[in-house]
Order: sequence, then structure tokens, then C-alpha cells
Amino acid sequence: MKANCWYGKAEMRVEEVPDPQILNQRDAILKISSTAICGSDLHLYNGFIPTMKSGDIMGHEFMGEVVEVGREVHNLKVGDRVVVPFPIACGHCYFCKEDMFSLCENSNPNAWMAEKLFGHAASGIFGYSHLTGGYAGGQAEYARVPFADVGPVKIPDHLSDEQVLFLSDIFPTGYMGAEMCNLKPGDTVAVWGCGPVGQFAIRSAFLLGAERVFAIDQISARLKMAEDGGAETINYKEQSVYDTLMDRTGGRGPDACIEAVGMESHAPSLIYVYDRVKQAMMLETDRPHALREAIMCCRNGGTISVVGVFGGFIDKFPMGSVMNRSLTIRTGQTPVQKYLRPLLQRIENGDIDPSFVITHTMSLDDAPRAFAMFDNKQDDCIKVVLKPAGNGNGLIH
Amino acid sequence: MHTNIQTNAVEPGQTGLPSTNAKRLAKGLGWFSVGLGLTELLAPRAIANISGVSNTHTRLIRLYGLRELASGIAILAQEKPTEAMWSRVAGDAIDLVSLGAAATSPNTGKKRLAFATANVLAVTALDVICATQLRNGTTRGIHAKGLCVVNSTPEDVYSFWRNFQNLPRFMRHLESVEDLGDGRSHWQAKGPAGMTVEWDAEIVADVPGEVITWRSLENSDVDNAGAVRFERAAGGRGTIVKVNLEYLPIGGVIGATVAKLFGEEPEQQLDDDLRRFKQVMEVGEVVVSDATLLGTNYLKQRPAQPAAASELEQAGMLPSQTATFYRAATQSEGRTTQR
Repeated sequence: MKANCWYGKAEMRVEEVPDPQILNQRDAILKISSTAICGSDLHLYNGFIPTMKSGDIMGHEFMGEVVEVGREVHNLKVGDRVVVPFPIACGHCYFCKEDMFSLCENSNPNAWMAEKLFGHAASGIFGYSHLTGGYAGGQAEYARVPFADVGPVKIPDHLSDEQVLFLSDIFPTGYMGAEMCNLKPGDTVAVWGCGPVGQFAIRSAFLLGAERVFAIDQISARLKMAEDGGAETINYKEQSVYDTLMDRTGGRGPDACIEAVGMESHAPSLIYVYDRVKQAMMLETDRPHALREAIMCCRNGGTISVVGVFGGFIDKFPMGSVMNRSLTIRTGQTPVQKYLRPLLQRIENGDIDPSFVITHTMSLDDAPRAFAMFDNKQDDCIKVVLKPAGNGNGLIH
Repeated sequence: MHTNIQTNAVEPGQTGLPSTNAKRLAKGLGWFSVGLGLTELLAPRAIANISGVSNTHTRLIRLYGLRELASGIAILAQEKPTEAMWSRVAGDAIDLVSLGAAATSPNTGKKRLAFATANVLAVTALDVICATQLRNGTTRGIHAKGLCVVNSTPEDVYSFWRNFQNLPRFMRHLESVEDLGDGRSHWQAKGPAGMTVEWDAEIVADVPGEVITWRSLENSDVDNAGAVRFERAAGGRGTIVKVNLEYLPIGGVIGATVAKLFGEEPEQQLDDDLRRFKQVMEVGEVVVSDATLLGTNYLKQRPAQPAAASELEQAGMLPSQTATFYRAATQSEGRTTQR
């Protein structure tokens, strides 16, 4: 089958690889109909995440049709159309039983590796380096889905791929970002990062009762999309974020701040040079500019909700501001399994149509080009959906 | 060559550690090394004078000083400085050779040289005694310990473990275990470098839901003993399983060192085995990813893409080769998206 494989920094190749097989009895094999590129894939693309090997298949946002099931899968059958959550979870360990699926103790065969870096290992993830288990990803024609009786959710026929694909990662992640804010009706929220996750965080904040949402970015196409979702926009290249937020909130600051940027944060100032130099010298692994700013802007007693992906260590963290002003920081990799049913329900009810975030649809064969475009934010690119051409999709942008 | 391992050898912390005397001697020699090294570095002429060696060798003496200092630091920095102590012996040998060479030179003060050589010989003897004592501490066995927490009651976990035939499901190096009745069993395992090793074992202590202790009998290829303890986790959240293993690797300590080079670190192995044990208990089988199909050693990992049929066969992952699902594990309902 064809698959998009990692071959080094900024180097992806679509090539022939063997088809996946059932390896564990709770596996299912999926014929992929749609798959997407995530902002966190760019950290792999740009070489920030260690333990990648040449030939690793990329991608953790995918859906399709079940073509084979293992002996112990009883809830799915061949022909079912499902969306697959990006964390792999066994359903039976302590964490899965507590709905903390992204912290599953059994799904990462390389747990020893992650334990050295993080103190403890989190769950396995599709297509996200050997640190998370070394599972083949979903930017391919077929994929093996472990624990198919725990994760995948069946999709009714009347919903298109474009409407449900993002249940795999970015919609639940944005939603969780807003949910972690402990919003009370009438709250004001500020969202750093208007990529796809930020876009869902903005709309979710309104769904959860926020009255005002500020969206912070520098790309005009992304700010426009945020505005379409009801947000008031701040372009950090043209105005001071802190001053603008204080001005709009009477000096108090937003009730909650959502950080949807992560480790490759940009900043229009010397602090960016500081972080980039330290990163190049391997003295700092992540750049936390947006996180620092969110902390400084948040009102006293407010909540910082971090859904941007970080991998290692950050420098100059304003802990004094956090402690002295009673801030709450909530964060995590989304336990997507927990959100699939409720959010599918919201889509079916018409509360939200996630397909708004798609700007490009391309063939899987064009994945390397798509990655470059997404990374450089060319052509007003916000979200790319890839269609494996060999699966009868025939869609080429 | 085979020494019997006593039952008390499987108590945690009691085996594999050198005696306190050897460690004290090592520390003393370590400080001596540091002192001598610094003197050789900073006052090479004085050293040359005392040894009766001519002053033209100051650069060489400085180099020896560096070597001494490095040995000393290595000894003082470690709990069990076996290799560092042997490096001192090597250094002593170099010193003796140099002193021997100096004996032939006309510029040497022969009386002082003889005195220096005698001192070096005495220190060499101490070094060898110490290094041997440190090493002998380990010829009683390689000690590995590990633990995990499992989402089942101590009784269930005990029952699974007590049926030794279950152990090869998750212990990668075991090929088979046969129950011979009466507390005895026959074990077959893969040794380093692809050898097969076999032994008979008997159960020494057996308290349901609490502990199982076993040891190998005479005529074993590898002497070994083990203990596994089961404790209720706080809050009733499962069972904590603690394992202590001790074994005399084939070829003594040297065999273990070579095995380490080939990525067969016993404590890492036990750690991996226990993670797999938890998977079998909670999920029903060992969880496999594309990268770890041939093992979790980082150097052996495949790219994260599906394997061809030949690789699957090599990994023992063809449907005909995989072990049966451990059904009892998944009798309790798990959490899913479907709920």
C-alpha cells in the first residue's frame, strides 16, 4: 500500500510499504477514506521530536471502513464506517477505567523510553515517533487499529467524512481546551493560536457559555476564520496583546486563557531570538512565548488551559505570577475516547459543522507538498485533508 | 564453578553487593590515588627525586598523575568500583614497567628506585586484593529486581503466576516451563548468543496471594533463584507485584558483561517482562507495535510501518505462532467510546 513516510527533517516520501495485518486479537484493519495533517505533525516535520526512524508512517487523524477484525473484537464488523481516536487505549487499566485514555498504561510498548524523559509513560499514539510506541500512522491507504473495541466510533451514513474526521483529534482537543477553563456563563476567554485547534477552541468556548472570545495570531486568513466563529481578533504583529486585552477588559484580564500554540511559538521581539538561540544550542527544547504571555494576561484567579503540544523543557517560566495570583494551569493530551460520543451528538444536532476548518483537500500522493505548504502557511492554508487516491477517492487539488 | 545459591540469597539487597571492608579499602585507595595523582601533576620533580628517577621525565610523570587522578575519581564516584579498581591495577603495572625501564638507566638513584618499586608493589597487592574482593561480591549472582501494579486482586495475580506455564507468555527469554508435580518444574530458556539453557527448579515458599519463592536444583545450566511478592495496592486499586531474581550467568561475570553489550541487560529485561505481564493480566495478550515487533531494544527497532510476512514469521507473530488469549483477564468490562 502507499504511505507517507518520514525520512528526516522536512523530508517526507510517499512510497509502497506492506499492508498491515492483525497482530493482536483486539485489532481491526481499516481502509482509510480520509486523513489529515495535524499542527503537531509539524513538530515531527521540523525535527523537534526525537526517536523518529526513517520509514515511520506519519499521521494520527484518520477514518475509514473496517475491512478485517481480530477474534476478540465483538462490537465492530467488516463494513462499519468509523473514526479513530489518536490515543491508543486498552480500556482495562486504571487510567482507562477513569476515562483518562491518553494515559493508558498498556498501549505503549516503548514505555521505558518515555519514562526516562517524562518520569512516567503516557499512552501510545498513532504515527508520533517511537517515544509513543512506534505505531504506524494513518497517512496511508490502510491502518492497523489496536484495541478496536475501545476507541473507534461508528459514524451514521448521513454525515460526510469532512464533517466527522476531526473527531479524531482537533475537535475534542479544542473542546477540551475550552472545557478545562471551567467557564461560567458570561466569561471572557482569550485564545492564543488560530490554527485548527484554536478555531475549535474558540467555537467550543461559545458553546460552553463564554460571552467574549479573543483570538490571537498573526496570519490574516486565520484571524478571519476566527472572526467568522465570533471571536474578536488581535494581530500580535500589529498590537501589544497585553495592552489590548487589558484595554478590552477594563484592566482585569480575561477569565481564562487557552494556549493552542505549543513548543514552536513565535514572538515579535528579542525574547524569540533568545528562545531560538537556546533551542539551537540544545539548552532549551521548547519555545514557550505564547504560554508566558497567556500567564501574564490572565486575570487573578483565572485558568490557563494548555492544549498546545510541548515535548521537553522550557525556560523563564513566570512561576511567581502563577503562584501569587492563584492561577490554575490545566493541560493534557486529549482522552479523545471520552469525547467522541458527546461531540458526535453535537455534530448530529447541528451545533457545529467541523468541516469549516478545511482549506485544502489533496491526494495522499501529494502529502510532502501539503506538509510544506502547511508548515509555511502558504496559500492561506489552515487545514489539509488527504485522500488516499487508491481507495477510489480520486480527488486532487 | 557452580556455587549453590542459598535461599536467603533472594532477600532484596542481600546479594550481589561487595562486603563493607572491600568498599572501605576501595575508598582509601581512591583517596590515595587522588593524592598521588595531584602530587604527580603539581610536583613531578619531587616525585622524580623520591623515586630516584632523573628529572627529564617530568612530562611523563604528569601524565601518570592525570591517570591516577582519573582512577581515583572513578573509584570515589561509584558504589561498587570494580572496573575502576582494576584500572588502578593496570596503572600499577605501567608504573612497574616504567620503574623497571628506569633501572637500566645510568642516571637513576638505585637505592631510591628500589624503595619506590617496593612501595608500588605493596600498593599493587592491595589493589589486586581489593579488586578481587569487589568482583567476588558479584560472583554470587546477577541480581535484578522489578515491580509493577496490576488491576487485579492479589489472589488472581498469584494464581496466574503460580501456574508457571504462564510465565513464557510475557518473559521473553523463557521458551517453556513444565510442571513436574510436587512443587518441581522444568524450565527452558534462551541464553545470550542464541544458546538454549535448561534447569529444574523447586518451590521453596508458597503463600497464596502473598509470595512465591523458587530456586534451581543441582545440574542446572544456570543457577538461579527468584521471589515474587504480591501486595494489595492502597485504596484497593489492584496489586503491587515485586520480583527479585538472581542468577549466575554462564561464564560468570564476564558472560554477563558480554551479554550487556548485546543489549541483554537483566534489569531492563525484567522491567520489560513485567510491563508485558501487566498487559497479559489486564488486556489478555502482549501489546505489539510495528516498531517493537522484533524487540524493545532501541537499536533493534523497526520503522513504524507494517512488516512483511517474512518479518512477521521471524517475530513469531503469524496467527499460527501467537499464544492464546488470556481470557480471565478481560472478564471485567472495560471502558470504551461505545459507552
